[in-house]
Amino acid sequence: MRYLPKSPTDREQMLREIGVSSIDEFFAAIPAEYRLKRDLKVPRQMSESEIIDYFRQRSQENAAGYAVFLGAGAYHHYRPVIIDALVQRGEFLTSYTPYQAEITQGTLQAIFEFQTMICELTGMDIANASMYDGSTGAAEAILMAMRVTGREHSVIAKTVHPEYREVIHTYLHHRGLPMVTVGYAEESGAINLDELDRAITSDAACVLIQSPNFLGSVEDVAAIAEIAHNKGALLVVSIAEALSLGIVKPPAEADIVSLEAQSFGVPLGFGGPYDGVLAAKEKYVRQMPGRLVGETKDKNGKRGYVLTLSTREQHIRREKATSNICTNQALVALMSTIYMDVYGREGLKELATQNLAKAHYAANQFGKKATILFPKAKRFNEFVVQTKQDPHGANDRLLEKKIIGGLPLKRFYPELGNAALWCCTEMNTREQIDAALEAVQA
Amino acid sequence: MIRKVSQHVNQNEGLIFEKSSPGKKAYRLPPLDVPEIDPGKLLGEHAREDLGLMPEISEIEIIRHFTRLSTWNYAIDLGMYPLGSCTMKYNARVNEFVARLEGLGNAHPYQPEKISQGALAILKLLSECLCEITGMETITLQPAAGAHGEFTGILLIRAYHESKGNPRRKIIIPDSAHGTNPATAAICGYEIINLKSNSEGMVDVSLLAQLVDDTVAGMMLTNPSTIGVFEKDIHRIADLLHDKGAMLYMDGANMNALVGKTRPGDFGVDVMHLNLHKTFSTPHGGGGPGSGPVACKKVFDSFLPTPVLTTRPDGKLGFEYNRPQSIGRVRAFYGNFGMFVRALAYIFANGPDGLRQTTEDAVLNANYIRKKLEGAYELPYKTGSMHEVVFSDRLQTQNGVKTGDIAKRLIDYGFHPYTTSFPLIVPGALMIEPTESESKEELDLFIDAMKSIAREAQEDPQLVVSAPHNTRVARLDETTAARKPTLRWRPEQSEARRPAAVVKPELVETR
Amino acid sequence: MAFPADYRYTREHEWIKVDGNQASIGITDYAQNSLGDIVFVELPKVGDELTAGKTFGTVESVKAVSELYAPASGKVVAVNENLATAPERINSDAHGAWMIKIALSNTGEVNKLLSSADYEKYVKEEGGH
Repeated sequence: MRYLPKSPTDREQMLREIGVSSIDEFFAAIPAEYRLKRDLKVPRQMSESEIIDYFRQRSQENAAGYAVFLGAGAYHHYRPVIIDALVQRGEFLTSYTPYQAEITQGTLQAIFEFQTMICELTGMDIANASMYDGSTGAAEAILMAMRVTGREHSVIAKTVHPEYREVIHTYLHHRGLPMVTVGYAEESGAINLDELDRAITSDAACVLIQSPNFLGSVEDVAAIAEIAHNKGALLVVSIAEALSLGIVKPPAEADIVSLEAQSFGVPLGFGGPYDGVLAAKEKYVRQMPGRLVGETKDKNGKRGYVLTLSTREQHIRREKATSNICTNQALVALMSTIYMDVYGREGLKELATQNLAKAHYAANQFGKKATILFPKAKRFNEFVVQTKQDPHGANDRLLEKKIIGGLPLKRFYPELGNAALWCCTEMNTREQIDAALEAVQA
Repeated sequence: MIRKVSQHVNQNEGLIFEKSSPGKKAYRLPPLDVPEIDPGKLLGEHAREDLGLMPEISEIEIIRHFTRLSTWNYAIDLGMYPLGSCTMKYNARVNEFVARLEGLGNAHPYQPEKISQGALAILKLLSECLCEITGMETITLQPAAGAHGEFTGILLIRAYHESKGNPRRKIIIPDSAHGTNPATAAICGYEIINLKSNSEGMVDVSLLAQLVDDTVAGMMLTNPSTIGVFEKDIHRIADLLHDKGAMLYMDGANMNALVGKTRPGDFGVDVMHLNLHKTFSTPHGGGGPGSGPVACKKVFDSFLPTPVLTTRPDGKLGFEYNRPQSIGRVRAFYGNFGMFVRALAYIFANGPDGLRQTTEDAVLNANYIRKKLEGAYELPYKTGSMHEVVFSDRLQTQNGVKTGDIAKRLIDYGFHPYTTSFPLIVPGALMIEPTESESKEELDLFIDAMKSIAREAQEDPQLVVSAPHNTRVARLDETTAARKPTLRWRPEQSEARRPAAVVKPELVETR
Repeated sequence: MAFPADYRYTREHEWIKVDGNQASIGITDYAQNSLGDIVFVELPKVGDELTAGKTFGTVESVKAVSELYAPASGKVVAVNENLATAPERINSDAHGAWMIKIALSNTGEVNKLLSSADYEKYVKEEGGH
């Protein structure tokens, strides 16, 4: 077996030196009736070329080379080549959680830079070293708000990603923690502010919104924060499309921001691994779940970085920890860090502006043949198109042209009828947009 | 005596922000092919003006920055990484290659099923392999990491009991367990019953018998335990629980000791998680991503998170969403798919014979270390070791040298430390898990280093307690970091703007 | 190691110093020494009710958290705010760095606590493990 660095002689010699006659002696504690006396029924050992062939075939059965107009929490952006060149360096790829600071300064400093950039982009004071993804991050943000406020209810916008809401429901309902959902305004697709105001009781720990929301509308974070804060509830803002922060004002009025940073250099990868991260106001740092890296000095005064405030975490506080999270998304966060460096202060803005322009052009064009819902919405790169026919039909026609159309919304928002959520990024050319439009009207 | 390391140039490097200056760029966008827009007009008051301190930097500087940072890390690719419980094994490069194939790496999670059959086939085959390896009947791949798998598994147990009319109140957890176990049981709304280990560091079966009643939902057990010992009474443990209707959950962190030799499903486990980033070689990546599939017996099938993979009447694969008894989703989309690809590639590279040999080699390596270091270090529990061995620092503390000091000194010898101070049942623990990836030569170097440190602890304890001596930074001030946390950079923290003094290279601190 | 005679002690290493109906509470020199550098204390608010033997807060070092147990019952009348920014005071002067002051609801409870001599003896036995 090519990954095992031992010759048969090595094994024999080691057994001899240990003083046992056979490897089976080490497995003697396993009761005989439970010892597996046959081969596992898994595929036979393969050569490297066979492994590549297998996955190439699977890759070809999947869509490749299609134009993608899907967003909805997973965004198709260009990934600079240097990201994979750097994250595949063995020193990053095959290192563990940086508990031994002296020999993990590379990972630690990179995370510190990641935390800093997430703070800059979100308008928050502190950010953690990552969470699993945007959905679990949002759930953890709600639990964090409950610890901060000592309250147990949560108020959640219906325009938060439906799968995020399902995850939140899983995290809350088994513990009997109530959540209420607040609808959206017909004209703008943004949260219905009157309904929100009525929904927040004195038991509400937080309001959770997403911006831009699942229907593509940018929320009025300042107004929502005021309503929440007036009732003593925190505001948690979930951001699924991180690139929006290049051109949309940061949610600085929020108390906690839960960001899905997949847009920053993380491959679509059929849904994961992605890159959740929590950012918050500094005063809530002790209720923050997940790892935090802090700056300090060594005994010679040299600057260095360490994992800090670890007493919040499960390996120390056990059942009283802020969360059970241990493994996070470090390498994916490194991808995002490199991505943010590549585009930086000017590039993220320029790129976000291109997204805005493409989506604006597409929405205008589609609007000539179908209805664009939520006419008063401020949007980033997603919009909802309503058609006479079920969008699945149009999508099937588009597939023949190697175009993946918008996401039909009936599964999530049946009240919107034949609606689909379309997304345009810098990857969608005008030609693709025009071709898609033709199929939609056909 | 230090045979593995020597001096190596290690370049200084500031923070990326300290290299930034206006006008530098590492990108160029294609020309816009649609009409230009005015963001201020489209977004109104929501338009953002400025991105603050985000860096402006060129591509070569980014490459050098991260390449230099990378040289400050220890890694499996550099040498033995014997962190107990973490299974730091070789991460094959073919896994990285296949995970990045266009149709897999770029697949959108919402693309229609008819053009996702390749990805779904991977989910199906991996699911089948993992069920076979664990001896289980059904599985969800959705959880993103081990602790997330625990969360899912305990919710499955909760849902099962609820379907019988009562979720029950308690989860039993041995005192040797990982911290994630009690943290998980707590977030699932359970009261934790701490089970004290017996004098051999194992489950005290008679004590367990007293604790199990019909208020107990289940027990979370790590097997082999965190001291690397197989629970030989596993049968009785399972029976005691099952007799009262309670479930046996297994933390699969130590599965690298069992694959191909025995199957948890056969020895009475009802629900368990696997860590694909441990047993199945997906890279740890500096702390993640992981993947924590949960395998279980058929009775849990209807409670699995939505969606579940299904075969349609026409033979095509798809996702089934209508599952009224499901515990619900635990993650958006379907899990860390990229890790599934890598784990399956690992299974292919091994096959049944390779998987078994891997387990045997992992166990052989741990026992070799145990044999060679026993005497130099105290072995608190004499029961036979499997894939890891736990010593204590009792002999060294007589000279004021603790497990954490020995660990730091090991760095000077060119090794990553073992796991320190865990499990909690061994005061001053040294938890060593070599994995199968170490050659006899590398093991011998490690053993030499450990013996040498044991001698130093007697002859020159100060040398050990002040270690490491050869790293780029010395021990860092964690107290100030925790008292006055600095969790982000601000311009006033900058070091790089000082005028550079000309110093001859031989005078520069290079490590 | 100091064991002031006019203080009473718990087996969980808190001290209490009574002054009329009020009492100051902190952790002992032995406790701070075994915890190491203290980085954070979490204390109740003024007005909170304490029950003897129940937890009222936590004290943290870099890698450990310890619960604080109330030596006696009563209402919190003052919290030492200085410890929020300077927890190191507990390390430098454990018996001077009071954490909270309470209005005792039952002064008799204090008499059941360990005396200075008993606590010193208890600590010696515990340290010998």
